[in-house]
Amino acid sequence: MTLIGRRVPLPLVGAGLVTAAVVALPAVFVLAEAGGVGWAQARTLLLRSTVAQLLGSTAALTAAVTALSIVIGVAAAWCTERTDLPAVRMWRVLVVLPVAIPEFVSGYSWVSLTSAVYGFGGAVLISTLSLYPLVYLPVAAMLRGRDPAQDQVARSLGLGPGAVFRRVTLPQIRPAMLGGALIVGLHLLGEYGAFAIVRYPTFATEIFTEYNLGFDPGAAALLSVVLIVLCVALLGGETRLTGAAQQARIGGGVARQTPPVRLGRLTAPVLTGFAGLVTLALGVPIGSLGYWLIRGGSTTLPPASIWAAAGFTLTLGAAAAAVTTLLALPVALLAVRHRARLTVLLERSTYLARALPGVVVALALVFFALHYVPIVYQSAPLLVLAYAVLFLPLALIALRATLTQIPPGLAEMGRSLGRPPMIVLVRVTLPLLGPGLAAAAALVFLSTTTELTATLLLRPTGLQTLATQFWVYTSGLAYGAAAPYAALMVAVSALPTYLLTRRIDSLSTTAT
Amino acid sequence: MVSMIRARMVQPAWAVPVLTGLLMVAGCGGTSSTQDAGQTITVYSGQHEQTATMLVTDFTAATGIKVELRSGGEAELANQILQEGTASPADVFYAENPPALEALREKNLLSSVDAATLTAVPAAYDSPQGRWVGVSARSAVLAFNTAAASDAQLPASVLDMAGPAWKGKFGYAPTETDFQPVLTAVAKLKGADAVRQWLADLKANAKVYPDNETLVAAVNSGEIATGLIDHYYWYRLQRELGPAKTNSALHYFGPGDPGSLVDVSGAAVLASSKQAGAAQKFLAYLVSKPAQTIIGTSDSYEYPLGSGVTTSQPLRPLAELHPPALTVEDLGDGRSSLAMLQQAGLL
Repeated sequence: MTLIGRRVPLPLVGAGLVTAAVVALPAVFVLAEAGGVGWAQARTLLLRSTVAQLLGSTAALTAAVTALSIVIGVAAAWCTERTDLPAVRMWRVLVVLPVAIPEFVSGYSWVSLTSAVYGFGGAVLISTLSLYPLVYLPVAAMLRGRDPAQDQVARSLGLGPGAVFRRVTLPQIRPAMLGGALIVGLHLLGEYGAFAIVRYPTFATEIFTEYNLGFDPGAAALLSVVLIVLCVALLGGETRLTGAAQQARIGGGVARQTPPVRLGRLTAPVLTGFAGLVTLALGVPIGSLGYWLIRGGSTTLPPASIWAAAGFTLTLGAAAAAVTTLLALPVALLAVRHRARLTVLLERSTYLARALPGVVVALALVFFALHYVPIVYQSAPLLVLAYAVLFLPLALIALRATLTQIPPGLAEMGRSLGRPPMIVLVRVTLPLLGPGLAAAAALVFLSTTTELTATLLLRPTGLQTLATQFWVYTSGLAYGAAAPYAALMVAVSALPTYLLTRRIDSLSTTAT
Repeated sequence: MVSMIRARMVQPAWAVPVLTGLLMVAGCGGTSSTQDAGQTITVYSGQHEQTATMLVTDFTAATGIKVELRSGGEAELANQILQEGTASPADVFYAENPPALEALREKNLLSSVDAATLTAVPAAYDSPQGRWVGVSARSAVLAFNTAAASDAQLPASVLDMAGPAWKGKFGYAPTETDFQPVLTAVAKLKGADAVRQWLADLKANAKVYPDNETLVAAVNSGEIATGLIDHYYWYRLQRELGPAKTNSALHYFGPGDPGSLVDVSGAAVLASSKQAGAAQKFLAYLVSKPAQTIIGTSDSYEYPLGSGVTTSQPLRPLAELHPPALTVEDLGDGRSSLAMLQQAGLL
């Protein structure tokens, strides 16, 4: 691999650097704050037995949830994209929807249902149920986009269905699968709310403790440095495993209609599996919301502020989706189309903030905004920027997965016809990338609607989102009053989820 | 659009006439000076949001000073102000516990509270340096599930709850800002060895909960027999569930016990406030009769502290509580209790 690829359009490099600089802010903040901690305090903080325990528990959780998310995500994607699963359009929406349920809602629902979810098992259960869609989405998109005829060729050469999956399908979906797994892993490093509820201490919960009980930003930053180190390890692992995968093909005439794999006698068990998954991931939280809507003593129905909060949430989500996708685009193009050591490094660096707890990212932006651009402090644009920093990796994964499916030969042909690289980008690559852009925007939107920590710190004073209003009521134990906000949060998320699956539909026709 | 949303959020239509009426009865509505009217102050509040909203609405009606209310967790808000430093847009910080205020005072981020405001509240509930004023109070209590325990069998000291007799039957929330003062009280009243032993016993026998909301719900559902909370969590849960589904009750520890600690919610004016006059007015309002009446009758279920107002809620009156003789200074900024928790391997 060369250091910088040949013929990299300079505007693209510039845009990529801007993105990397913005996303690097929290990491810079953490390192600067941690640098202010004295050696003595640093030793006491880091060389505690608790820290070793937390490292172990964080690693165990990350490994278990990531592995389970891969299994569930890939299996579900294969069933919805490759088999004759009945009511497949419905399942495609339902299996994605759990990503729109905030973990503090699902965590609370599970805890109020049974005390069996406390500890490691519960943390794994709740996290897996809300995170597997992040593997499902890119893998399903990849399965749609690639040519199933390859499976048929392999099978005609005598391979059984298991061998076809292992030797043909799996290598092709690997980049998407690993990308999704990376996002799951990074998310787990920084997640706080769900683990606090099920009492599973991780590094992120410890960082919150330093802030909440010690009012000690230096100590919190020092512990965050450990998360950055863990994040770098995950990134290194994913880079090594993914390699320079290239999945593109040029559609040769009319795409052949490939009959889906017949489930046959397996139909009933597979359907049961889907029903079970959806019941656990969607049914439990929604059921618990319904219970509180009906039984809660406090009620705000019809809540005066709910439509204002919903409007503000939608506006923020749409803006964050647009800005984040725009920021991610140059990074994805550089990493896939101009793969070289420096461009890969640039792309990797943009994942760092994802592993930091939301409170760290938010406080970093508090610091930088007030010191350098005070006018934007506690304004909607700064909040949108915070979402972009937090959720850029989601957009990146979606774009990367789609880009690897677009044959680079098309762009090369454009250039060979004498077009400058930027024109080729706009006229050839971007139109083909449409479905990837939509997927990226939808994923960011979904995450934005449920974000709480950064929103509480950075929102314009006096404005509430659905998530902050939900928090206000639940922290006052007014669950009945809180429930409509969570219900609307899920409803608002259903639309982009539907569009997301529709986009996957159209992806297959565009990319081939 | 933005201003429309704001107007709708801070002024529920019913609140203004009701509270203005209250204010006129109390007799301090008409006298407010007008020099600050029309100004807008920003209040960072870690308090019960619905009560805080009622308070600022009433304050605006009385003084003409508008309030931007920013609600959040008190610890997050304190950290935010620490990061903002002197550039903070906040004029007032209204906290839940003294440590959050003390952390800011130690960084010289709070200015002195007007003397008249401080005198409206018994001096024991104010900042020793006069940097914040106590507004309301809460008592540590033991919530117990009525099927699993009875008031008579529960001990007089919170220290006994950590013993093997209550193994698996006592819950607490060490990461709550409400637990720190109790822990500090144990250290001050019983000494360093006793607190180490207590924490070791807790680690061996007690169940950790992430917050008091979860803990009180777990006690009520019977998941755990007892839990150390602040009294108002139980009242708020009871309001939410209704008496029929309330399967728990409150046990008060003995006089002077660390478990009988009464803790203060206070408010302060930030040293960086450019509208200190209006901000001081807000503090004066918080301890005035109308504000204390709102606190005493609202769903926050806290004890009002100022201007002689007592609660009408079904609470054991503040005068009948027997907290240990500890000053706010004794309770510190919370860092020492965090160190104790970390040394004990609980965090």
